[in-house]
Amino acid sequence: MAKYVLRRILWLPFLLIAVSSVTFALGTYGPGDPVQVMMGAKYDPVVAARLREALGLDRPIIVQYTEYMWNAVRGDFGESLVYRGRSVSSLLVSKMWVSFQVNVAAMVVSLSIGLPVGFWIAHKQGTWLDPATITLSLLLMSVPIMVSIPLVLWGLCLKLHWVPCSGWGGILDARIIVPAITMGIPGVAGLARLMRASTLDVMGQDFVRTAHSKGIHPMNVGYRHILRNALIPIVTVLSFSLAGMLTTGFITERLLGIPGVGDFAIKSIFSRDYPVIMAFTLILSTAFVLANLLADITYSFIDPRIRLT
Amino acid sequence: MILTGQDLTAYDRGHLHRAFLRLWRKKLAVVCSSILLLIYVAGLAAPWIAPYEYNDQDYSAIRDSPSFEHWAGTDLKGRDVFSRVLWGIQNTVVITFVTMATGGLVIGVSMGLISGYFGGRVDSIIMRVGEVFSSFPDILLVILLAATLRMRILEWVRWVEDNTFLDGIVKTGIADYLVVSLALVSFSWIGMARLVRGQVLSLKETQYVEAARSTGALTGRILFIHLLPNAIGPIVVTVSMGMGALVGTEIILSWLGLGIQPPRPSLGTMLYEAGSLSALRVVPWMLLAPGLVAWALVLCWNLLGDALNDVLNPRTR
Repeated sequence: MAKYVLRRILWLPFLLIAVSSVTFALGTYGPGDPVQVMMGAKYDPVVAARLREALGLDRPIIVQYTEYMWNAVRGDFGESLVYRGRSVSSLLVSKMWVSFQVNVAAMVVSLSIGLPVGFWIAHKQGTWLDPATITLSLLLMSVPIMVSIPLVLWGLCLKLHWVPCSGWGGILDARIIVPAITMGIPGVAGLARLMRASTLDVMGQDFVRTAHSKGIHPMNVGYRHILRNALIPIVTVLSFSLAGMLTTGFITERLLGIPGVGDFAIKSIFSRDYPVIMAFTLILSTAFVLANLLADITYSFIDPRIRLT
Repeated sequence: MILTGQDLTAYDRGHLHRAFLRLWRKKLAVVCSSILLLIYVAGLAAPWIAPYEYNDQDYSAIRDSPSFEHWAGTDLKGRDVFSRVLWGIQNTVVITFVTMATGGLVIGVSMGLISGYFGGRVDSIIMRVGEVFSSFPDILLVILLAATLRMRILEWVRWVEDNTFLDGIVKTGIADYLVVSLALVSFSWIGMARLVRGQVLSLKETQYVEAARSTGALTGRILFIHLLPNAIGPIVVTVSMGMGALVGTEIILSWLGLGIQPPRPSLGTMLYEAGSLSALRVVPWMLLAPGLVAWALVLCWNLLGDALNDVLNPRTR
């Protein structure tokens, strides 16, 4: 186990080098010249050449890549080509904070629906309610986000005028409702299933039978003995999945005008702002790989049958 | 399990036939397969069954709500939404099938076979490459590839047009198909390769494979006659689940403007046009037809995959 974890962590730098060189190659090989994008309509070959020299874009790709990586290792991701004078790190950090808040709100929605539903249908095992609830949540889960957002907007905002349509004002603003619902609902099905399995598992344990036979009120057994134990695996797994959620919101962010990191990444791809794309890919790949590793380790603790080799 | 008479006769027909019979008894799976079949046939037959051309503008019926003449209404330019959805399905169908056939089946399965059977250095190289591709966050890689490849491929296709007798390739949209499929292939082979590799690893130590080897069977024969057919169950399940994911990603790409380019319609661009607030205010029905189709495609492939998993891989039930 320790050997496995160590090997995965030692492998991470190589993985990041590979990921970053693929991204860098795509950025350099790709069409469109960042200098041209920067200058827009005022394009002038002489100025462009000078600018290219100043940015170091006229040097061989290998040199550019090595220098970039050398700086990146020390935490300096360079300067955005589009937002002149702003460091990529400062841009990304503020955008990531926004996306993080959206994701937390979405997760609150998933949890507050998914967990009670899963807990409840575990008690209804064998009745028609069990498969019906799972099917219904599957139906909801499969609605593509670019369909569900307009639907919610049309209903809640245009017809009923209950919520504001778009924009961003922080996690405590009413404008968080639409993204929280539309991003949270798809997670409900998975969570309900997980919670159902976990609850059923605990319900079959000896201590639950003992508690019942002692004459403890079923409500108390449900809360003290079953619910608390059933939550342990779920909470552990969830805490690691947050890292992987940062990208999922780019369609939501785009449709609703939320200044998050997903929308920013897509914009950067279109405007060839590859210092931003590089930093974004590097940070997220690291988070992604580490989150997966942590989730694997957690699973192996929860379910000892899983062996990591 | 209680065996019926039907089961007993079916036992002579082999594994897949039995699996099919079990699938046939699952109502949800049958419903889903029928819906998928209907959507796919409708998409492929779009040129013949669509009531209008995808570009036909009816100036007397701009922004019309659904009516007998226009089943799903018309859009901001007076184009028939129903016909455009049919043409859009055609794009999704072609792209997802091509990607699954090349990326998932040809590349994925062969990489998995090679990796699992030969092991050693080949195995670690293939698996490491797969790991690099799968550690790109979400579909960022696909978007990056699609955005980067488009211009290059268009340039290349134009060069072919200029230097050969072939003409009008760009107009047919083949270049768009190529871009999207290439971008999608980049990640669609990994899951399949891992799965097949795992199957091969566990099967290649079995006695029947040893027996085959000891009778002097060639490597190709062992791979394709002895190993591959035994992995067919998980492969079918992965294909079905994977199709759902591919459809979803293809729609995201065209939603971002990186897929099939206008004037050719695609589900993604239609959803994009219908999803803005201004469009929702005046023409909310524009969302209905493409939204329903996109939803049904993703849902049905997933449900079918679930059902197939139940009938084909009874051990994991």
